[in-house]
Amino acid sequence: MNQDFTETAPATTVIGSGMRKVDGLEKSTGRAVYTDDVTLPGMLHGKILRSPHPHARILSIDTSRAEALEGVHAVITGRDMPIQYGIIPWTQDEYPLCVDRVRYIGDGVAAVAAIDEDTAIEALSLIGVEYQELPAFLDPHLALQADGSTPYVHDPRKEGWNGNITKVVELEFGDIEAGMEKADVVVEGDYFFEGTTHAAIEPHCAIGQWDGVGRLTVWSTTQVPHYLHRELARVLELDQAQVRVLQPLVGGAFGGKSEPFDLEFCVGKLSMKTGRPVKILYTREEVFYSHRGRHPFHMHYRTGATKDGKLSSIDAKILLDGGAYASFGLVTTYYSGQLLCAPYEMPAYRFDSTRVYTNKPACGPKRGHGSVQPRFAFEVQIDKLAEKVELDPIEFRRRNFIGENTRTINELRVTSNGFLKCLSSVETASAWEDKFRSLPFGRGIGIAGSTYISGTNYPIYPNEMPQSAVQMQIDRSGRVAVFSGASEIGQGCDSVVAYIAAEELGVPLEWVRVLRGDTDFTPVDLGAYSSRVTFMLGNAAIDAATRLRRLVQGSVSKSWGVKSSEVLLSGGLALWAQDTSKHMPIAEAFNLAEAEHGTLGATGWYNTPKDVHGEYRGGTIGASPAYSFTAHVAEVDVDIETGVVEVRKIWIAHDCGRALNPVLVEGQMEGSAYMGAAEAIMEEQIFKDVDHGRAGLHNAPSLLDYRIPTSLDTPELESLIVESIDPEGPYGAKEAGEGPLHPSIPAIANAIYDAIGVRVDRLPFSPPNVWRAIQRARDEGKLSKPAMPGVTPRDITSETAREGQ
Amino acid sequence: MSNMTEVVRLRVNGDIYEVGVPTHYTLLETLRYVLALTGSKQGCDKGDCGACTVILDGAPTLACLTPVWEAEGSDVITVEGLAGPEGPHPLQDEFDLNGAAQCGFCTPGILCSAAVLLNKTSNPTRLEIQEALAGNLCRCTGYAKIYDAVEAAAIRIKERKEEGGQNDEVS
Repeated sequence: MNQDFTETAPATTVIGSGMRKVDGLEKSTGRAVYTDDVTLPGMLHGKILRSPHPHARILSIDTSRAEALEGVHAVITGRDMPIQYGIIPWTQDEYPLCVDRVRYIGDGVAAVAAIDEDTAIEALSLIGVEYQELPAFLDPHLALQADGSTPYVHDPRKEGWNGNITKVVELEFGDIEAGMEKADVVVEGDYFFEGTTHAAIEPHCAIGQWDGVGRLTVWSTTQVPHYLHRELARVLELDQAQVRVLQPLVGGAFGGKSEPFDLEFCVGKLSMKTGRPVKILYTREEVFYSHRGRHPFHMHYRTGATKDGKLSSIDAKILLDGGAYASFGLVTTYYSGQLLCAPYEMPAYRFDSTRVYTNKPACGPKRGHGSVQPRFAFEVQIDKLAEKVELDPIEFRRRNFIGENTRTINELRVTSNGFLKCLSSVETASAWEDKFRSLPFGRGIGIAGSTYISGTNYPIYPNEMPQSAVQMQIDRSGRVAVFSGASEIGQGCDSVVAYIAAEELGVPLEWVRVLRGDTDFTPVDLGAYSSRVTFMLGNAAIDAATRLRRLVQGSVSKSWGVKSSEVLLSGGLALWAQDTSKHMPIAEAFNLAEAEHGTLGATGWYNTPKDVHGEYRGGTIGASPAYSFTAHVAEVDVDIETGVVEVRKIWIAHDCGRALNPVLVEGQMEGSAYMGAAEAIMEEQIFKDVDHGRAGLHNAPSLLDYRIPTSLDTPELESLIVESIDPEGPYGAKEAGEGPLHPSIPAIANAIYDAIGVRVDRLPFSPPNVWRAIQRARDEGKLSKPAMPGVTPRDITSETAREGQ
Repeated sequence: MSNMTEVVRLRVNGDIYEVGVPTHYTLLETLRYVLALTGSKQGCDKGDCGACTVILDGAPTLACLTPVWEAEGSDVITVEGLAGPEGPHPLQDEFDLNGAAQCGFCTPGILCSAAVLLNKTSNPTRLEIQEALAGNLCRCTGYAKIYDAVEAAAIRIKERKEEGGQNDEVS
């Protein structure tokens, strides 16, 4: 259901319609090639030996028996690649294989290449590793309190520091305490967001092929081929020009493949040692241990509002449980606060976030990186405030709307903003007015809103070069070839560049070919992360196609003796705008242009505007050329005897700027809402402690025991596209792949409260957690439908409640 | 390491193959790594995700839990066997048209489960579709577009049968 913003959208014929994907039939017929589908002549199989201890020194490694096994071609250890890597250049703290210390159960220690997988597995069992076990830090609070009496997870960078601390960010905007003084109500609460993982159905896989004379090719399931390319060269001590990364189609990623992993370095090194191609495919268990998923967040929020329902002050203190390595943690720590400052006006805001290392698999970015957790806490805080000031929670949100073409309190530039449309869309579609506080006890409805970036303003390593680029060529047959370095992970970016080529050059979509996934032959795109691709790649593609279009229009106009601006390219034809009966096939038009200008190709690129953020330290983190906005309403049933929460339906309204292909946008909205609902009610990436088995061991490293929703568990999802036509997005488009995840979780939390009057401030809302909260409420006599706003007026000014657990 | 190998005789997508495979190989390993039919995917290798689902004698079957010798004497149909010379199966076409395949990794298994459902019933309810796909995890779509695609394919199959006698039954 499109909203009525479109009158300002540029006129298009291809863009905005529901088209096939360029790889859709490839995927549905089984022809699509993924990394593990690639088999090379003479290929060996690799396996990685992993630590059985959460924290230990490596005293010695004996690989001689493994090397002697028939069929084994090479064994490597950390000493073979003693250069640290990490996705963030300032926090590189990992070795491809551990050199002297292991930091989580599953940390890689040695790798083998053998004639087949069984032989490689047998060889691992023959490697002797002598460990000295060390006390492990599993609880982030204890890691934070550590005094150095036992070794920290990492050695401190300065003497006297706590080596368990990765990053501390404390930023304050406006006068917090004055804002709290001004507040008529202050709500204070503790929230816990349990860690979750990506669980893409395709496990990580890589193949290395050294050509013997100086070129290394690595096939990988990565979603960041450019960053992988750089890190492979650095760690393997090759020139970047010697390394080629090939990215076959990726079977889902969600942030779980957005940095280099041990297997990519190992296949490279093993191939260089053996002169043979080497493949490593993670087992599903290894995928769970490699992780880099959502950080567990321990959050404390204090939020003030005036009695007319305006936010006055927000104060947050957050502890991030980072696991064993830095990963993207520096960014996560900033994002935990920086991305909260819209869609609501904040007069005063402070956050104080600390990320600590623990002896568990490293956490990193998962869809909605760093901002899904605080959004949960904050939107529940808003629900509590709305109740205290006797306002409908949708009305409360409206009153705090930040507006468009403005700056947030942390100085981020906001341009287009369709949040109010999002609110009214879900309000109407869900029949909110009839349901809020009015459904029978046990059934409830809840609302939440959010914002997200359309790409980060700055690349991961500082440089002034474009963030995204494409090369496009047109030929005499009417075909268009697009060379794109963007990462197709299922979101449809290969299709987006094809749609744009077809739109701008007037060729049928079937005539556009996309060459992709090859760092030797495509221009650099930084990767599929931070919801950057459609915005940046789209603008780059328009740039390239426009250059070609102008040449073609010029040549045709000369041939017809009309103005260049009167030549239209559309539907496989060049047409005269004044009288479209005058036209020629597009191939003929291309031929005219080629005769005039020579062979036709163009590059196009995009870089971000640089004046969209504050100048303070960290002010660039969270800056984006555009922000998406989302609102969800969730309806739930809660069984008070069992604690089972069933999410019946989620209405998803998302301001994507403009839907370049509404079918794909809806797919992103539904997939996001599904994943949020999954985190709300089911998923938890947890590890055993000493009282429950082997400390640091993953509780459930399988797709059966780490519960992700099946078709029968997934709520009904209704997508409501809102178009705000962003002034800088391609045809007005913004992101759609991550923003629509955020409100699912708080909307469900608020719906549970509406159903039974019980706040569950810790995730997931699994039967044990919900049941315990119900029991507490029952004991306190609070298990009942909450009152309708305005029905039971109270003296709100006397209330300064401390809530939560 | 010397694996014990054994010659197995398989009927896959109507073709007979006689191949030597390690005796502990699963049907999935044989399809992917011996016959180069890589359409069937490995997501977990322990029967949890359904990406390896193939049709074994008309029933959706997890190829990763099926020892290869158990498939001897059976008819195996994989995603590569759904399309005919006239083009893609209506399910495959509708998956594309409806955006039901995002990353596409679960798609081959889901198509096999859905094809079996549509063999059994020409007009499935939403709940019947959900039940038929409950063994196939999809991490991208939230399943909504997949239901749309299966429903659209059911209608097309019915129409094709009524209009032109086209039989899209997968067998």
